Amino acid sequence: MSKIRVSTTVNGDAAEFLCEPTSSLLDVLRDTMGLTGSKEGCGSGDCGACTVVLDGEMVCSCLVLAPEAEGRTIATIEGVAEGSVLHPVQQKFLEHAALQCGFCTPGFIVAAKALLDRNPDPTESEVRYWLAGNLCRCTGYDKIVRAVMAAAAELRQERTPA
Amino acid sequence: MNAPSTMKPFRHVGTRPVRPDGVDKVTGKALYSTDFKAPGMLWGAILRSPHPHARILSIDTKKAEALAGVKAVATGRDLPTLESLVMHVGEGASDIVDVSHNCLALDKVLYEGHAVAAVAAASPEIAREALGLITVEYEELAFVLGLEEALAEGAPVLHDTVFTKGVDPKPDRPSNAAMRVEMGGGDVEGALASAAATVTGRYTLEPVHQGYIEPHACVASWNGDGQAQIWTSSQGHFAVRALTASVLAIPQADIRVTPLEIGGGFGGKTTVYLEPVAMVLSKKSGRPVRLAMTREEVFRATGPAPGAVIDVRLGAAADGTLVAADVEFLYHSGAYTANDAGAGVSSAIGHYRIPNSRVVGIEVLCNRPAAKAYRAPGAPQVNFAVESAMDELAGKLGIDPLELRLKNAAIEGDPQTTGLPWGRIGYVECLEAAKAHPHWSAPLGPNQGRGIAGGYWGNYGGPSTVNVSVAEDGTVTVATGSPDIGGSRASMAIMAAEVLDIPYEQVRAVVADTASIGVSMVTGGSRTTFATGMATVQAAEEVKRLLCERAARMWGVISDQVEWRSGEVICLDGEKQGQAMSAAAIAGRSFHSGGPIAAVAALSAKGWLPGFGVHICDTEVDPETGHVKIVRYTAVQDVGIAIHPDYVEGQIQGGAAQGIGWALNEAYIYGKDGKLDNAGFLDYRMPVASDLPMIEAVIVEVPNPSHPYGVKGVGEVPIVPPLAAVANAIHAAAGVRLKDLPMAPDRVYAALHPEG
Amino acid sequence: MPSTAYHAPGTVEDAVALLAADPTARPLGGGTDLIVQMRAGRLSPGAVIDLKRIGGMSGVHRAGDAFAIGAATPCTALKADAALSAAWPGVVEAANLIGSVQVRNRATMAGNLCNASPAADSVPALVAAGAVCVIAGPSGQREVPVEAIPVSPGKTSLAPGEFVVEIRFPPKPAGGGDAYLRSTPRTEMDIAVVGAGVSIVLDGEGICTAARIALGAVGPTVVLVEDAAAALVGSKLDDDALAAMSQAVQAASNPIDDKRGTVSYRKAMAGVLARRAVLIAASRAGAKA
Repeated sequence: MSKIRVSTTVNGDAAEFLCEPTSSLLDVLRDTMGLTGSKEGCGSGDCGACTVVLDGEMVCSCLVLAPEAEGRTIATIEGVAEGSVLHPVQQKFLEHAALQCGFCTPGFIVAAKALLDRNPDPTESEVRYWLAGNLCRCTGYDKIVRAVMAAAAELRQERTPA
Repeated sequence: MNAPSTMKPFRHVGTRPVRPDGVDKVTGKALYSTDFKAPGMLWGAILRSPHPHARILSIDTKKAEALAGVKAVATGRDLPTLESLVMHVGEGASDIVDVSHNCLALDKVLYEGHAVAAVAAASPEIAREALGLITVEYEELAFVLGLEEALAEGAPVLHDTVFTKGVDPKPDRPSNAAMRVEMGGGDVEGALASAAATVTGRYTLEPVHQGYIEPHACVASWNGDGQAQIWTSSQGHFAVRALTASVLAIPQADIRVTPLEIGGGFGGKTTVYLEPVAMVLSKKSGRPVRLAMTREEVFRATGPAPGAVIDVRLGAAADGTLVAADVEFLYHSGAYTANDAGAGVSSAIGHYRIPNSRVVGIEVLCNRPAAKAYRAPGAPQVNFAVESAMDELAGKLGIDPLELRLKNAAIEGDPQTTGLPWGRIGYVECLEAAKAHPHWSAPLGPNQGRGIAGGYWGNYGGPSTVNVSVAEDGTVTVATGSPDIGGSRASMAIMAAEVLDIPYEQVRAVVADTASIGVSMVTGGSRTTFATGMATVQAAEEVKRLLCERAARMWGVISDQVEWRSGEVICLDGEKQGQAMSAAAIAGRSFHSGGPIAAVAALSAKGWLPGFGVHICDTEVDPETGHVKIVRYTAVQDVGIAIHPDYVEGQIQGGAAQGIGWALNEAYIYGKDGKLDNAGFLDYRMPVASDLPMIEAVIVEVPNPSHPYGVKGVGEVPIVPPLAAVANAIHAAAGVRLKDLPMAPDRVYAALHPEG
Repeated sequence: MPSTAYHAPGTVEDAVALLAADPTARPLGGGTDLIVQMRAGRLSPGAVIDLKRIGGMSGVHRAGDAFAIGAATPCTALKADAALSAAWPGVVEAANLIGSVQVRNRATMAGNLCNASPAADSVPALVAAGAVCVIAGPSGQREVPVEAIPVSPGKTSLAPGEFVVEIRFPPKPAGGGDAYLRSTPRTEMDIAVVGAGVSIVLDGEGICTAARIALGAVGPTVVLVEDAAAALVGSKLDDDALAAMSQAVQAASNPIDDKRGTVSYRKAMAGVLARRAVLIAASRAGAKA
């Protein structure tokens, strides 16, 4: 079985990799590229722990074949902070204690950022439905939803011209 | 130790600082089980039984061994033969022979998904391909899944070595009744006969899974000299070491277990499934080996919480005073004895004063995966029955359900089911807080109803080791042996900073490996903030004493003439009175004043107290479809003192959410073939964000006088009351009493439309 | 163990040739069913043929009053199209009940249809809307109604080498409205226990002049219930007409007991959901009448 060469952009950097035809994007990110922030909780698209943004849309990277990424742009949890400066979603997750074990956290943060990138003023219900593809078993979602709402408020303030 | 009531106001306890491991976790840097890679590592995979019950006649691994890239194959024959020995290392107790046979079956497979062989190969693909080349010859046996079926005459008996424990005299033949526990006293039948009101009910629950998002995984590397390393995510790396060494019959000190970050456990990661197998594969191949479960394997082969059949009878006088309780339950034990029945019995009715009581619990073996601890193991099931019956009794008596509970609530000095008196418990305080909460009196909309339920968990203490050390610049490291599953590094840092009266940021807490800290019991049973916290305080106190002693020595005064004040040593001696020496100044010169400053506290914490909770739930029931929406939820809990209230609330909210899932939709579903039909997150329906409202956590603080900062424990209690709180709310909303979980839409619909 | 090849052809013809060359080959749209089945070992195709690099395969196309949706169009893109959402809100909502946002950013209606699950959410809505599939194959293109695609759970009427390239909608009739409702234990991330798709047309007097009612998860394939439609046509959707419609729906339901629901619950819900969906469709029809 011959491997496929794939050229992509990951977190803003050009990246090339070799993969099996049916490798998942998640496997390549984690095992080939060493980007282990995206997690595998189920391998069937039911938990959202592997959420990445592919060409601007969030997807479960366990349900993307790695060769599909050819020429596409991928954003993972590792690219959410700007250097050492946390994104407001990350900062609010810390301040609101929106994580316990932290395993689902990267997926939630990528998903929440994707929401706020397109909807800076979501209702609680919109946040809950948007994040319904991300399972968390520790928090009961309460503090996660609060953190996302708080991050939205902060982002709105940042975006408002002085 | 000081009684908390006399304590000065806290500087750190009760604050909400950011957890020390937080940034790693929001940036994806934290290393969990499958994030760790060892150089030269092989990928393992496990072959599992397709049958719920079968004898293994033969296993042929030759073809798998011959496949290019396969480096090792293992079966149950590769594990040593062991003598029966019950080990108390996790939550509950396990016979090491059962642990071994659960890791790799020897003669029989006892459930679909039971491990029968394992391979290690150069890639995951080769490992999976090799599994397909292993031929196992089975003789299928009759299987049994149900509780009463397993106890029936003629049922297939799983183990011919199990004679019901707790029955005197010992039964003359083996059975699936693994153990029987009975507690109580008085004249139950007499009291029930003369009671003004009685209720009787049978309640059933299906097994449910802990549902941690991170599947089990580990890497093991076992060298030719007998020494080994294991990297794993677990609730207790010392338990992993003890169980793995015992299964392999090797010295514990030869294994160094490094805890990786753990992606949830809830009791389910207090045993070993993979580590001994990865060790054998590593020894055979001479390479480090990773074993990782898929989600499907997690569902099929790791411990669900037991399902149950519970019979309850309660009796009360006309004024609502409880006079008798009779509770008898069967719990699934699965393939091996699980030891949840005792906790179930002691968690059934102890929150009420009941003069005549009888509580009997029987654990039943059946062809399901071995039951494992799940948050307050054994308590939620029986609580669902008892708190539903309390609601029914309140209705019969025409008494407000909260008032009925208040009237009968146990207080300090009342006897528990065991007969021992309760210590300083806070059930009444929780009920009063619930009553005073605006939720309790808020108006309800159409098709809505409100339910309430109370519950408790005994909590625990036990062995913990903590090392507190001071760096040359005066900053402090707290090393514990307790895996941090939900923010305990933050609470340990808070407690050490409190003792030393220094900024929180000057204290960093880590979880040390088994070679770097002394033995510590698993993180579970709501023991860590209490027991490991107690060790942290003790070690920090010793560090404070050492710093004072060194300062005194440097000043040339006796120790009595110095005092620790605001993070510094103050000299009280005449000549140097008022001079201060910082931890940095002392530690900076410690190499010349007696050596580094560090202290270890290794203790077995005593004086733990149970936690009590009261949950209020509003549901809205769609009368046409049976859909139940949780509209509002408030969880009140006595935690002793909340060290880090954010993480206390988080535990309460998370436990409540798990309980709501258990109440409404979660269940193991088996086909007629004895195979699990919903081994995935799509059909094992845990709550998603849009299924839940905000969950208001109300912290009640009735301090524990035995803990330096009043801690009782938090994590277990909040999963206990939700099952009945939801059921009682459905009854209030729709007028139907559901006694069988889960209360999924079809069940609610059937109750609402009995005509079909 | 045969390995699976990956191809990303640039034209429909190339895709047809690749699919025709290997009867085990599978077209890859969003992959949210195909990849799950491959991972679980239930399917090991000789090749997956990624349709997303074919020009015109993704997107909502509008010709006058009629919409055509490329087979590789993810469900969330339907929601983003205001004109489509206004014309066929039931279809767009049905497609946006599948899985989660992550899943809908990949999943396609064509894939939902060709996976041939009786519980597919978008299919009853498509059938109610009277949508047709454009199928490409070795002998050129053909059009078939959506309901002719699934033949049994997991099986379609597509011949080797064929795949759906487009789903076409008829022009939206004046006074028309559609809706889809499903019953699931959870609010999201679930598979329909029962689904009901409805499309109706009301005249200026509020009298129903046409109706299509399709059910999911009450039989081996989607069920178009003509008796239910007949019960509505000519009525003002009064209680009697709705009751007759519900009865017809229940009579046409022939579900099974499985882990997701019981026979009796499914039959009961089919009637309830169809009635509720009719009322939503009517309000939409009325709003535009």
